[in-house]
Amino acid sequence: MNVIANNKWIGQRTIRPDGVDKVTGRAGYAADTTMPGMIWGKILRSPHPHARIRGINTAKAEALPGVKAVVTARDIVDFPVDKSVMLGIQDMRWMCRNVMAREKALFPGHPVAAVAATSEAIAARACELIEVDYEVLPWSIEIDDAILPDAPILHDFIKFEGKPSNIAGRMEIKKGEIAEGFKQAEVVVERSFATRPVHQGYIEPHACLVSVAADNKTTIWSSSQGQFMVRAMTAHLSGIPQSDIRAIPAEIGGGFGGKTIVYLEPLATLLAKKSGRPVKMVMTREEVMRSTGPTSGSKSTVKIGAKKDGTIVAAQGTFYLQAGGLPGSPIRGAVGCSFSPYDIPNVLSVGFDVVSNRSKVAAYRAPGAPIGAYAVECVLDELAEALKMDPLELRLKNAARQGTKAAHGPVFPRIGYVETLQAAKAHPHYTAPLGKYQGRGVASGFWFNAGGESSAQVNITEDGNVVVTTGHPDIGGSRAAIANICAELLGIDYRRVSVLIGDTATVGFSNLTGGSRVLFASAMVVTQSTEKIIATLRERAAKIWEIDPEAVKWENGAAHPASPNAGQFEPLTLAQLAEKAPQMGGPIGAGVQLNTEGAEGGFGTHICDVEVDVELGIVRVIRYTAVQDVGRAIHPSYVEGQMQGGVAQGIGWALNEEYIYNRDGKVDNPGFLDYRMPVCSDLPMLDTVMVEVPNPKHPQGVKGVGEVPLVPVMAAVANAIHNALGKRFYSLPMSPPKVLQVLEGKG
Amino acid sequence: MAKLHVSTTINGEPMEFLCEPSDTMLDALRGPLALTGSKEGCASGDCGACSITLDDRLVCSCLMLAVESEGREIRTIEGMAHGDKLHPLQQKFLEVAALQCGICTPGMLVASDALLRQNPRPSEEEVRFWLAGNLCRCTGYDKIVRAVLETAAETREQGTRESRQ
Repeated sequence: MNVIANNKWIGQRTIRPDGVDKVTGRAGYAADTTMPGMIWGKILRSPHPHARIRGINTAKAEALPGVKAVVTARDIVDFPVDKSVMLGIQDMRWMCRNVMAREKALFPGHPVAAVAATSEAIAARACELIEVDYEVLPWSIEIDDAILPDAPILHDFIKFEGKPSNIAGRMEIKKGEIAEGFKQAEVVVERSFATRPVHQGYIEPHACLVSVAADNKTTIWSSSQGQFMVRAMTAHLSGIPQSDIRAIPAEIGGGFGGKTIVYLEPLATLLAKKSGRPVKMVMTREEVMRSTGPTSGSKSTVKIGAKKDGTIVAAQGTFYLQAGGLPGSPIRGAVGCSFSPYDIPNVLSVGFDVVSNRSKVAAYRAPGAPIGAYAVECVLDELAEALKMDPLELRLKNAARQGTKAAHGPVFPRIGYVETLQAAKAHPHYTAPLGKYQGRGVASGFWFNAGGESSAQVNITEDGNVVVTTGHPDIGGSRAAIANICAELLGIDYRRVSVLIGDTATVGFSNLTGGSRVLFASAMVVTQSTEKIIATLRERAAKIWEIDPEAVKWENGAAHPASPNAGQFEPLTLAQLAEKAPQMGGPIGAGVQLNTEGAEGGFGTHICDVEVDVELGIVRVIRYTAVQDVGRAIHPSYVEGQMQGGVAQGIGWALNEEYIYNRDGKVDNPGFLDYRMPVCSDLPMLDTVMVEVPNPKHPQGVKGVGEVPLVPVMAAVANAIHNALGKRFYSLPMSPPKVLQVLEGKG
Repeated sequence: MAKLHVSTTINGEPMEFLCEPSDTMLDALRGPLALTGSKEGCASGDCGACSITLDDRLVCSCLMLAVESEGREIRTIEGMAHGDKLHPLQQKFLEVAALQCGICTPGMLVASDALLRQNPRPSEEEVRFWLAGNLCRCTGYDKIVRAVLETAAETREQGTRESRQ
């Protein structure tokens, strides 16, 4: 392992390279972008949860003065349902139908047509003039309804156990012999849980601006977690070759997984192509809530058996996750992550992907894992109670360590889970006194983390500074960490390193910002690029000094003779070598493209204190400590920020957030007033403890940090409420009406 | 209907623009005035990303009609720094990493500045309640609250030092 000792910048709280732009309002987000001749696109959306589309008449809309183009599913490349076409994690059969309803509208808010006009108002008026002939069909929203034998079937082509079904997929992991395992158990706890869909809740609505020239040369400015994903999906859905599309990543105003797919870009592209004008589309908040994201609602059953000494011998989980109108819920996260923090000999974990007439789910921070962890970590709490064991002690006794064969398959290398449990146990928070109606809960969580494709270009400017270009949208401070790494390797001040996000035409392919993979992957390609540059710099100095490049070392931003034997020379700084570049071999730069490997999972353990207002049913989180194995904190402030942000989202999920449907099958709370995300006054300070167990397979020891923080939160809050009230909640959110019901003995 | 002509003052500069009667101040700022620092997160006054001040009063520019700015004084995020010198709050937000994606940041800064102007010594609870109208989904608010409290403390300290000189 090549972790640098005595770091100057790695681990420092440097100022992010994009910071000044963001605090002055100058940073360019997608909705801030305009173009001469630009017109506006708007979407007509289905009012019905489920309806066959028999015909669409756009003649009146097209005749409206100011309307420049109308598109429907006919204009979008069809991906027939009988053959899967995977693009990364997405199946284009579903993407093409999610972007615009094809045979059927599958949820209220499902796009059925789009219009571009000279103003937003005209485009909206034109949408009203489009006549859609719907055959309204029976629908189901909830899992329980969708899996009934006589439930309305959303898709004829989905079969489960040979029959048409709304169960679109099943996934299973298995270890040992589950029945044998439970025979050895002396204490068994089995419980069922339910969670509601929650939205990623990024503050910036989806937005894009697209220009298509007559020769198909297309430029897309948009808010997404991956410009290459935008290019590929837009190309697939519009029929324009990828080489003709330049996707430029605007600054992104939050995503949390919800911007890993396209909604607007293909429609704006087709409208721009048809109209010959640049088209801008910006969603309203209501459109965001009705038609994008959220993550799945779920129902699950978890059963865990242990010996009297606390040794867990068997664990079984069944997880039903809502996919929305098209298949693809994150069952992999629920099935694969839930039992991974523990060394359990016998595990059976099964997930079902259930379609129903809701908007199609999108990734949300460790997709699926928080749903599974909520159930498992609540059952563990009950098990600890039944065994009269401290809940952290129970986890420590069964914790996965180096060499443990994880429930989801791999044998763990050196991991830091035990360290998070020990740090939590030793933290003053864990033993601080509690007052009346106050309680404390703990829970742990795991996320796979990821590697994958990444590209970087590092160039030395003529004045001896550095420009780094990577291909991953910076969603939470990755530029700051990359600047730290590059400055550290070159031995220069971090302010001399500028970090940019390249567009699809200026940097090599880079996969999505997601999966807690960006710094893991981009640090690797930036490191290798910088190392190449350092080799060039040593060669150039060697040439000037007329010695062997091996006799030159790079230190503190300059070339030095490696030893007194190499000769006596004044150091040559980066600036001096850059200045001599035209005479000494030309421009100094290097690019690296890699499919990065060696990502390691991350673990977190959280402690939560709540206080319950027993009159009003309001639960307040009064103290929170998140402990996480972060591998190596390249920029501690942004690692803490990821942890705090994830915790805040989890507290919202635990206590208030949910999609509420009315009797017409429509979302009844599609705005920030009624969809109640935590505001500043809802939360306490959020303490963080970064445990650093470096990833040996990474040059700086990086593990992903963005997703683990959301995984344990709902269980930690639920366990704290139980501790405060002596009553358990088996469904989320634990909102005031539900808390009152349980307090009154009706829950 | 013909557009309306509005004369106003924005960040200390006299400005004129044309707008529809139904345009919000946010529409005018982001449209004809090309001041895109104020963001639209909800258009219903619930997220605070479009926060500005109107005659020194904190408002959501999405809840105010553009014509209401006639003869009034508007301040936006674009008027917060003095030339190339950042406002102490802006500097502190950078130093303590009180931003991640940055979309709520302009509104947070405008709201925090309005708070410190009327209450230079806020408690943590006062900061939290004042900023309750500004949603942030990235930071969990922790670093934002710290940034505001630290700026307040440092500004007071500096004020004390200056008054002693």
